[in-house]
Amino acid sequence: MSEKRKDELLNDHNHDGVDRRGFLKCMAWAGTGAFCVMKGGVLNSYSLSRFSEMNTADMMGELSFVQISDSHMGFNKPANPDVAGTLKAAVGKINALSSAPEFMLHTGDISHLSKPEEFDTVDQILKSATPKDVFYVPGEHDVLNDDGKQFLERYEKGSKGAGWYSFEKKGVHFIGLVNVMNLKAGGLGTLGHDQLEWLEDDVKHLKHSTPIVVFAHIPLWSVYPEWGWGTDDSAQPLAYLKKFGSVTVLNGHIHQTMQKVEGNVTFHTAASTAFPQPAPGKADSPGPMKVPAEQLKSVLGITDVNYIQGKHALAVVDSSLA
Amino acid sequence: MRRSVSIAVLAAAFVLGTLGLGAGQRSYVANAQERMSTMEVKIDNFSFGPVTLTVPVGTTVTWINRDDIPHTVVSTDDSMTFKSKVLDTDEKFSFTFSKAGTYPYFCSIRPKMTGKVIVQ
Repeated sequence: MSEKRKDELLNDHNHDGVDRRGFLKCMAWAGTGAFCVMKGGVLNSYSLSRFSEMNTADMMGELSFVQISDSHMGFNKPANPDVAGTLKAAVGKINALSSAPEFMLHTGDISHLSKPEEFDTVDQILKSATPKDVFYVPGEHDVLNDDGKQFLERYEKGSKGAGWYSFEKKGVHFIGLVNVMNLKAGGLGTLGHDQLEWLEDDVKHLKHSTPIVVFAHIPLWSVYPEWGWGTDDSAQPLAYLKKFGSVTVLNGHIHQTMQKVEGNVTFHTAASTAFPQPAPGKADSPGPMKVPAEQLKSVLGITDVNYIQGKHALAVVDSSLA
Repeated sequence: MRRSVSIAVLAAAFVLGTLGLGAGQRSYVANAQERMSTMEVKIDNFSFGPVTLTVPVGTTVTWINRDDIPHTVVSTDDSMTFKSKVLDTDEKFSFTFSKAGTYPYFCSIRPKMTGKVIVQ
């Protein structure tokens, strides 16, 4: 027993009380992403941390992909001293999926400080993932100091404006939006006039039956405006998407999973691969949350949502981990 | 430009103080100098503290980031009077206010964070 304690203390390099054993526990929650499968034109999203409880039938569909978010490579504070390790853990979970996803979406904050070596590290880790294609949108941490020039150069050559684009996969229309540029004092995320104009044009000629997946860093719905968790001009894009039968919006930024359904639109936010943040209003600020590893699962309260298509509307089945 | 001039003035005052005064007097002058011309704004818990800071003309204000998350300090007047680079944990940014006026500013990464410096 004393031998073990000695061992744990020896490994406490950061003097933060997190030893290797504790760290491995952290990886159980931190290395998370979401497995998304399109079934009958409706997107189902499952947290990878609950993956062992899923059955194969849940995973089958026309198209599947994985969403990861908020890797914050370069972050080294007590909330997670090894963000590279937890990103590797997320990749490990993705590679363990029995049905390989076709590609990955990264919904931003790839890096913590927009440093080239931070992006390099993430690129290197993601190379070991089974899905080879990764589609990115920037988080505010990815466009520091240079208005996103480096980000565009690395990840989105050929995209429009600040980096928005769309693509088709198996009949599903994916739209990557940028809402972290030109932020105004006191405001929330911003899409801006040019991007909205492009979006209106982009979806104009699509059939109403085309399933739409929108992904952007900051939530496109008002999660908690007091902490900046929302987008000022998000009503406009949602109006453009009203005519479609199935719209899914995937976001990051808030480092926790949340879901909401509004008419034909379902909203999801993904957990971070790096560190958790408090629930809206449950702390003085949305800063990184340091929680004992054993308590994390209950604090995070991971929730899965299964969307089942009814005749006219979407029915929602909400199941929690507890 | 204005900023470098006032830094030069401060440096000259410091050199004079160091050379010309005895130890007791020197520390008195230094303290008075500090009170008069340097003020600190702490960035903590995703907010600026104090939110509104009132200082006399010529004051150097230093912002220090005590959060685990990077922030910036960017003035929101049309001429963008001051703009820091990204401040990681414990990093600082200083600006000397040589003209009276009200200077609102914000964190361009977390724009809900706003503050104001009133120079009289």
